[in-house]
Amino acid sequence: MPPTAKTDTLVVANVLRPGKAIVVNGPIRGPGQPIFQVLMKCNKMVSDSPKNRQNVKASILQGLAAAWPICLGYIPIGLAFGVLAQKAGLNPVEIMLMSILVFAGSAQFIAVSMLSAGAGAAAIIVTTFAVNLRHFLMSSSLAVFLGDTTRKKLSLFAYGVTDESFAVNHARFSQKTWGPDPALVVNHTANVAWVASTLIGGYSGKFFPEGAFGIDYALTAMFICLLIFQLKGRIYVITAIISGLAAAVLSLSIPGSSYIVLASIFAATTVLGIRKWIQ
Amino acid sequence: MTIHTGYLWIVLGMGLVTYLPRWFPLFFLARRNLPQWLIDWLDLIPAAILSALLVPELVTVGTPRHLVLWRPELWVALPTFIFALKTKSLGGTVVVGMVLFWAVQRVV
Repeated sequence: MPPTAKTDTLVVANVLRPGKAIVVNGPIRGPGQPIFQVLMKCNKMVSDSPKNRQNVKASILQGLAAAWPICLGYIPIGLAFGVLAQKAGLNPVEIMLMSILVFAGSAQFIAVSMLSAGAGAAAIIVTTFAVNLRHFLMSSSLAVFLGDTTRKKLSLFAYGVTDESFAVNHARFSQKTWGPDPALVVNHTANVAWVASTLIGGYSGKFFPEGAFGIDYALTAMFICLLIFQLKGRIYVITAIISGLAAAVLSLSIPGSSYIVLASIFAATTVLGIRKWIQ
Repeated sequence: MTIHTGYLWIVLGMGLVTYLPRWFPLFFLARRNLPQWLIDWLDLIPAAILSALLVPELVTVGTPRHLVLWRPELWVALPTFIFALKTKSLGGTVVVGMVLFWAVQRVV
């Protein structure tokens, strides 16, 4: 290998990734060894770059930028939950434990009210399962975008699938501007906000004025915008209308939150069925 | 501060039944080729779920739920919806929704 070719190799490597060389078999310049090979190597390095420190930093920043509306929305709900749980006789450690292990707003509220009503363990666990079964649909929907992700990372990601993180991540995945790493950051940042706000609520929610700055509306407003992101065509608008109407009607007639899953499955199936029938 | 043993078991059980439905589809579906009809169906699910979460929140109240059409939640949703449609800004929509809701609660 001529020395000039070796030097060229190192220069290219130093620009892209300090301290790491690209190894190209044979000289870069010369017959049969075109510069093309180096470009291919560089290309591969860029596509492999999630391991790169700069990209980890970029993923964290992207994730934080996407997660802040969720965190803002979790604060009033988390504080309210903490106050309620404390009134139900739970101490801050117990409150934090539930927020870490369960990490699901509505199920936690229901569990605490069942605890203070003296319900048994089995009833509480079965209710939690029913309330959180909707995440099965959300994870299925996200799975479509996570084909290249390791099972270890998928298992870590699954912990943080909530209504809010699902909607934020799905919107970005479908715009093709998203990857598993920033999505993971969204899930776990939201988790930290949830655990912290429930804990603070458990110590003393009384410090915070109720309904300040309309913060109770943060999650509703977020869902409005996230719904608009999903209305990518007529078929989605029709699905949303059917699902919303069905959910409203069902929520009036059946207790609990199973109306969310029932209405969603009904709407998606109906719309696909009608489309098949028309074609 | 101690953790009651009975409570620990309840919370562990809750954690398990919450994690499994979140984990199962990701672990078993993500690395597999899904049939086209399932992909099409799953593609409609987010719009359906968001609408199913949102609409009852805007037009019903209480337990058991009953229909109340003229609530601040619904009034504020309309301008918030238009703002979101025009700007497509998530952060902006959250702030606008909060400010409008706060203002309406002051007036009403």
